[in-house]
Amino acid sequence: MSQPLLSVNQLTMRFGGLTAVDAVSFDVHRNHITAVIGPNGAGKTTAFNCITGFYKPTDGQIVLRHKDDNEFKLEEMEDFRISQHAKVARTFQNIRLFGGMTVLENLMIAQHNHLMKASAYTIGGIFNTPSYQRAQEAAKQKALAWMDRVGITDRADDPAAALPYGAQRKLEIARAMCTDPVLLCLDEPAAGLNPKESEELNALLRSIRDTNDVGILLIEHDMSVVMEISDHIIVLDYGRKISDGTATEVRNDPAVIKAYLGVVEE
Amino acid sequence: MSLNDQTSSSFLPMIKRSIIATIIAFFLFLPTLGIKTSASGGVDGLFLTYRWLLLGIGCGLIFVGRIAYELFWAPKEGGQKAEKAPSSLAKALGSAKVAKTIGPVLLGFAIIFPFLPFSDRYILDLGILIITYVMLGWGLQIVVGLAGLLDLGYVAFYAVGAYSYALLSIHFGFGFWMCLPLAGLLAATWGIILGFPVLRLRGDYLAIVTLAFGEIIRIVLLNWRSFTGGSNGLSDIPRPSFFGLPFNQSENGFAATLHLEYSSMHRIIFLYFLILALAVFTFFVTARLRRLPIGRAWEALREDEIACRSLGINTVNTKLSAFAIGAMFGGFAGSFFAAKQAFVSPESFNFMESATILAIVVLGGMSSQLGVVFSAIAMVGGVELLRQLQFLKVIFGNDFDPSQLRLLLFGLAMVLMMLWRPRGLVSTRMPTVFLKDKKTVSAAMISQGRG
Amino acid sequence: MNYFIQQLINGLTLGSIYGLIAIGYTMVYGIIGMINFAHGDVFMVGAFVSLITVIIFGITGTTNIALGIGALILVAAISMIIAGVYGWTIERLAYRPLRGSFRLAPLITAIGVSIFLQNFVQATQGARVKPLNAIISGGFTILEGNDFVVRITYMQILIVVLTFLLMSGFTYLISKTSLGRAQRACEQDMKMAMLLGIDVNTTISTTFIIGAALASVAGLMYLLYYGVIDFYIGFSAGIKAFTAAVLGGVGSLPGAMLGGLVIGLIEVFFAAYFSSEYKDVAAFSMLIVVLIFMPQGLLGRPEIEKV
Ligand SMILES: Nc1ncnc2c1ncn2[C@@H]1O[C@H](COP(=O)(O)OP(=O)(O)OP(=O)(O)O)[C@@H](O)[C@H]1O
Ligand SMILES: [Mg+2]
Repeated sequence: MSQPLLSVNQLTMRFGGLTAVDAVSFDVHRNHITAVIGPNGAGKTTAFNCITGFYKPTDGQIVLRHKDDNEFKLEEMEDFRISQHAKVARTFQNIRLFGGMTVLENLMIAQHNHLMKASAYTIGGIFNTPSYQRAQEAAKQKALAWMDRVGITDRADDPAAALPYGAQRKLEIARAMCTDPVLLCLDEPAAGLNPKESEELNALLRSIRDTNDVGILLIEHDMSVVMEISDHIIVLDYGRKISDGTATEVRNDPAVIKAYLGVVEE
Repeated sequence: MSLNDQTSSSFLPMIKRSIIATIIAFFLFLPTLGIKTSASGGVDGLFLTYRWLLLGIGCGLIFVGRIAYELFWAPKEGGQKAEKAPSSLAKALGSAKVAKTIGPVLLGFAIIFPFLPFSDRYILDLGILIITYVMLGWGLQIVVGLAGLLDLGYVAFYAVGAYSYALLSIHFGFGFWMCLPLAGLLAATWGIILGFPVLRLRGDYLAIVTLAFGEIIRIVLLNWRSFTGGSNGLSDIPRPSFFGLPFNQSENGFAATLHLEYSSMHRIIFLYFLILALAVFTFFVTARLRRLPIGRAWEALREDEIACRSLGINTVNTKLSAFAIGAMFGGFAGSFFAAKQAFVSPESFNFMESATILAIVVLGGMSSQLGVVFSAIAMVGGVELLRQLQFLKVIFGNDFDPSQLRLLLFGLAMVLMMLWRPRGLVSTRMPTVFLKDKKTVSAAMISQGRG
Repeated sequence: MNYFIQQLINGLTLGSIYGLIAIGYTMVYGIIGMINFAHGDVFMVGAFVSLITVIIFGITGTTNIALGIGALILVAAISMIIAGVYGWTIERLAYRPLRGSFRLAPLITAIGVSIFLQNFVQATQGARVKPLNAIISGGFTILEGNDFVVRITYMQILIVVLTFLLMSGFTYLISKTSLGRAQRACEQDMKMAMLLGIDVNTTISTTFIIGAALASVAGLMYLLYYGVIDFYIGFSAGIKAFTAAVLGGVGSLPGAMLGGLVIGLIEVFFAAYFSSEYKDVAAFSMLIVVLIFMPQGLLGRPEIEKV
């Protein structure tokens, strides 16, 4: 297999006395869906926050490789630079949309850096130069394409906060994708979805993996989602990695069974 | 339930509540209305005057007022205390169509205003004042309304603009159009200097730091006498001329050159159009900025800063740009102020000024430019009306100084207006871009920002 | 050196006053997360009530310390009651209707209340400063150098001791009683506290009353220390006390006290050694520096935002 897209090596995050993530290592590959699972408080979100720069890890290396072999040491980068330069996008466990702004606006903001350049850092924008107009129109088309893809086009001009929960989850994914990421990190995207929405989500994630040339890193509690779509599963428990492999491998790993069901007595 | 039932069944408790309110009022008024400390000039300094009548009147008013409140305004018991639906007026102001028509109408009115029969010097001065506040309101709206950064020291940038203008024109003889951009630039620079260290702070901390910064600027202006003239301020600031034609009675003055009869009103009208032009400029620039990526990023910042960072937005720079651009308009307004007054002193830049501008923005509605216009008219015009309280001297005697009551009522009005409309006159927001149709976003959806 | 010690004593006295006001800010901010902008003006009202009561009792210039202290305690009690009523009323009328509403609305009403109170007192009491002769005069000399004599007045001792007593009393109240528990519960999660049967309104009202009462004691001390007050003292004392609250760490009572002392010392020393005109600049710059480098304050808990 080619070089991994993301290599996490001995990642450790401590909060005071609590070690939320303890020397965890794993790889994420392009065009793969890699799931991180584990009981509540296992340190999944914390690991995400380290990868996306919202927490500075106590220890360990996180390396992201682009196709042109450019390497980024994510543990040294600021959060917004990780998104801007390393092209890592994420969603949040508690949805974080711009609730008072419309769906379309949410997707336009995701293209901020690109549009800022196109507006010549606002100066060209003020005079509404043709090149800015073109960029703005293109951004709108891209937003529209993603709205179509996740199926929320009819709500384009509604405020994000007015959307039903499932649509908000989809919008958050669409917004992340509008930043043109190479790695998409999704924190429990199926939480709160009904079975039908969950199915749609599976299809969406598969199609993103297959057509958009990204690696997907996914935290999920919903086993029906995880087992069905993951190419690779990492299991965390109390901050440690206890298992790593394909769905079948992980499902049959005694350590995993123990972590989820407690010690099996008999 | 008929009104009759209700009143009879709740009459006694109502009286009881009013009596309690009166007792509380008694305590509040005793050391203020009831007992006055006066200097006797003697050795022991002070003596007390008891004003039982005044105290009685105060308490009586509270008693009656409390009953009136329950009868006429209080939310009926058991009624859901939901967030009030916006009044039809506010709804109208918020809608895109109405805003599109009211705007030009207002502008048209503003243009013919100086030539209306009742527009004497006093009225025009008031117009200038109101437009200045509208402009300041629009400037601050970028910071507070769009970016959600609470700035309690906005007047500092107004001061920087005014003093920049004064110093540049006095020392270097720069003209108005030269000073104006420089003053704006200097104010923006100060915005960046202040903003850079503090914009990482949590919202309320930012508020208090900006307040402190405003005070620091004022104290420095007050005490750096060699540079700013201290409390005497700077006077004899050159007045702006009409493309080189000064407004005076000289040969080559404005009136003489245009073969008009000299009138001191010419200068006032000129200043009026000057500030109107500046305000219109501010309007168009801020309205345009809001629709640009930068403006959307400001609003996104107000909605959710963390989400912004996850999308690769450099939040510090974005905040700085809001701060600097807001400051720049403050600086423009400041230099106009200096040019108009031909005199600046630290007194004009105290906290009251910042509070007034902030109140105009909040009362106007965080993201409605039209709202700011109406709230500036209400606030500044209203305060001006209170100046006309001289007639109260007839009631309270000649020692009575109505200007004290003016600010007192101003404070009271601030409280009442916020209680009446916590989200301002126009609480909805207009999307900056749309696919099919432009619908306003209702207030409940809009995040208030933590800054 | 002696000059230094003298300034130290003065700074601690002034700092005690700021600390007492700061407690009101810190408690209110802790519980409902708003800057009670009118708090400085409640302090000012407290000073005026004290002034009036002192004149009514006619206790200026006594040399009988026991009598003086007794009378002052009475004065303090009266002004605490009236300031408490002010604190309660302000919360009830101007803040409570806006609770849970738009975040900036209570800030604007607070500024409105502040403007109102200043001008109400100015209109009813006159704009001129109110001088008062020393109530307890005298003191003793602690150090006598060849060039400078260090004196500590009874007044200063009284201020520091009283502050200390009030502080320990209220720290006890907040940490050990059910009121304190209710306050902390509201601080953590107001909705949950309400579900658990805590009377949130009463808890918040009590917080305002306590804050106002302490501020009025500070007002009394200010009156005694400076011997002159006017309707405007609340503004700058208020900002400095808020600075103290932030410096100490918002939400922490000992922090407020400590912050008050630091601000008092900075102000006094800056005035003594550099420039008295820029002493406020020093205090405010301190605020900015602290917030940048130590946003949680001296004794506050660091705040991490969970993503
Ligand atoms: N900022 C923080 N400060 C202190 N402790 C934290 C912080 N963030 C997370 N933790 C702790 O780290 C541990 C792991 O939390 P994390 O959110 O990563 O769990 P998780 O695996 O995402 O759980 P869940 O499935 O519930 O989302 C928890 O004990 C949590 O309390
Ligand atoms: Mg989690």
